[in-house]
Amino acid sequence: MFDYTFQWRQALRYVPDLMDGALVTLQIAVLSMLIGGAIGIVLAVGRTAQSPWARWPATAWVELARNTPALFQIYMAHFGLGSFGIYISPYAALLGGIAFNNAGYLAETFRGALRAIPETQTRAARSLGMPPIQAFRLIVVPQMFRIAFLPTTNQMVWAILMTSLGVTVGLSTDLTGVTQDINARTFRTFELFALAAVFYYVIAKVVMLGARLLAWRLFRY
Amino acid sequence: MLETDLSLNDMMFLARGAGVTLLITAISVAGGTLLGIIFGVARMNLGRVVSGLLAVILDVFRSVPLLIQLILANAFQAIAGLGLQPFTTACVVLALYTAALCSEIVRGAIGAVPTTTRRASRSLGMTWTQDMTYVVWPMALRVGLPSWIGLVLSVLKDSALVFWLGIIELLRSSQILITRLQEPMTILLIAGAIYFIISFPIARLGGHLERKWREND
Amino acid sequence: MIEVENVHKSFGALEVLKGVTVTVEKGEVLSVIGGSGSGKSTLLTCINGLETIQKGRILVDGTEVHAKTTDLNKLRRHLGIVFQQFNAFPHLTVMENVTLAPRKVLGMGKTEARDIAVQQLENVGLGDKLDVYPGRLSGGQQQRMAIARALAMSPDYMLLDEVTSALDPQLVGEVLDTLKMLADKGMTMIVVTHEMKFARQVSDRVAYFHKGILAEIGPPEQIFDAPQNAETKTFLSSVG
Repeated sequence: MFDYTFQWRQALRYVPDLMDGALVTLQIAVLSMLIGGAIGIVLAVGRTAQSPWARWPATAWVELARNTPALFQIYMAHFGLGSFGIYISPYAALLGGIAFNNAGYLAETFRGALRAIPETQTRAARSLGMPPIQAFRLIVVPQMFRIAFLPTTNQMVWAILMTSLGVTVGLSTDLTGVTQDINARTFRTFELFALAAVFYYVIAKVVMLGARLLAWRLFRY
Repeated sequence: MLETDLSLNDMMFLARGAGVTLLITAISVAGGTLLGIIFGVARMNLGRVVSGLLAVILDVFRSVPLLIQLILANAFQAIAGLGLQPFTTACVVLALYTAALCSEIVRGAIGAVPTTTRRASRSLGMTWTQDMTYVVWPMALRVGLPSWIGLVLSVLKDSALVFWLGIIELLRSSQILITRLQEPMTILLIAGAIYFIISFPIARLGGHLERKWREND
Repeated sequence: MIEVENVHKSFGALEVLKGVTVTVEKGEVLSVIGGSGSGKSTLLTCINGLETIQKGRILVDGTEVHAKTTDLNKLRRHLGIVFQQFNAFPHLTVMENVTLAPRKVLGMGKTEARDIAVQQLENVGLGDKLDVYPGRLSGGQQQRMAIARALAMSPDYMLLDEVTSALDPQLVGEVLDTLKMLADKGMTMIVVTHEMKFARQVSDRVAYFHKGILAEIGPPEQIFDAPQNAETKTFLSSVG
């Protein structure tokens, strides 16, 4: 057992490359959360709408996103759309797949948060002369964000972890992609991926910590 | 798209993949749940230091991508000369991953049982074991079961990643067919539908239980 | 002037207002009393258009509330309403609660809205709570804030829906004092209330609602000392 020499020094040489990869990972995660969050709000409102034309597609999106693997969703973006002769780059496929997934999960988070805000809040806002959209924007949405904040933060961490799937469609610029690229040249699999694991762990912790500080700043009430 | 070269043999191939997916999920969930309960209860009853250490270790499984965990475990077993089959490695990793998530559910569920209730049962002369068996467990089960069903579903979906170790589960088998038949959309849709058919009823059951139990409270 | 003409209102099969007619003059204080489910609170939410009606019409200064062409958002600027549940906006400070609508609905500048808010909040005795979040206030303070919030829109009318019902007994007085002060200033008010003593003191007229019908209306002396209607008598003796 263990007739293997760990080559940590060699692996550590690649830290700057992993750093570049980590930035791409963060970029994809942030973008996927922004896109997913915006769509998620629309889906959350759509799922509670009266009209079946709004409810049905929103429900379908949410159920598909939550009941199939994220990897499947990324494959759909990459190979599936590819079959229509549209070329989807690995980056776009990964971003699209994760954004699709985020939107489905965030929609449910937002829907739960919306339900938690009493109808009387809207009534009070309307009776002060606010039109429906204004009442929603100024009174409902800010309160919704507070309730949804923690689950949304967890989703952000999920999004970061999910970006590692990009390597399966050939992405080589994110943290996992860069690691795999170097691995293919050096065969220091364990050392390199252990290093990548540390990177992911630190990023996840920093995001959680940042979110906690942000919550403390934002939600004084 | 509707014209397809997909043969009955190919469908059987996909079905076998689905079987592998289900088998890995079942083994991992069974092992992971058992471990998760042990870890969860341990974290609530051991000293601060041990419990804190356990918390940090379990947290690592939740903060590192599963794909990386699989790659690391596989590399490690090769280095250590354990000679494990990829299937075994995959099950061990998924079970540990499940255990990490499950221990949180267990902790949350036990924590949701009011201290006053537990004090009442202890003051009736029940032992710790009796208190756990007759009072805490049934109450915690109601709180934890919907989340646990959610966990089962996420393990089912996450098990797709074991293809990296060369295991031909559902998604990997669909990819093999895609390479051969060049009909990505059709094959992916079938694979997606199989996932959905397995997953959706379980998700509904979880939602149903959650609603039913909330109404009774 | 608020004119309610033969208003019918149903929630599904349940008819809560069965042809109510009443007029409130400028500067008048009308108290509305009656048992729970008598439709008295529904009347208020119909007047400011939060609820639709099935029959009849309601005019506020000549504008028909439920006409399709009526801009309800504009109309509601003239109708302040305060609810039983205070409905404070929990994510905004007391000051922000009060300045929000003047700024966003009336398009008032920051300083102007602030000045008005400070004045209104001082009037209701919350001058020292400007930057506090409602969660830190007592029920009575939250309710007084809600009154100040409605007043900051400079409404012509105030609709008060059982504003003391959700309060602990020792907090009722401070809110009623605020309402008395408003009445003394000549604010036109419709006050749905269970506080009979208060109704007797401040009202120009008192209306008794029974099962969706305006059973009796008149000056407080008549309603409380010499009720004409048998139902009114029964109700008043039951509430002591």
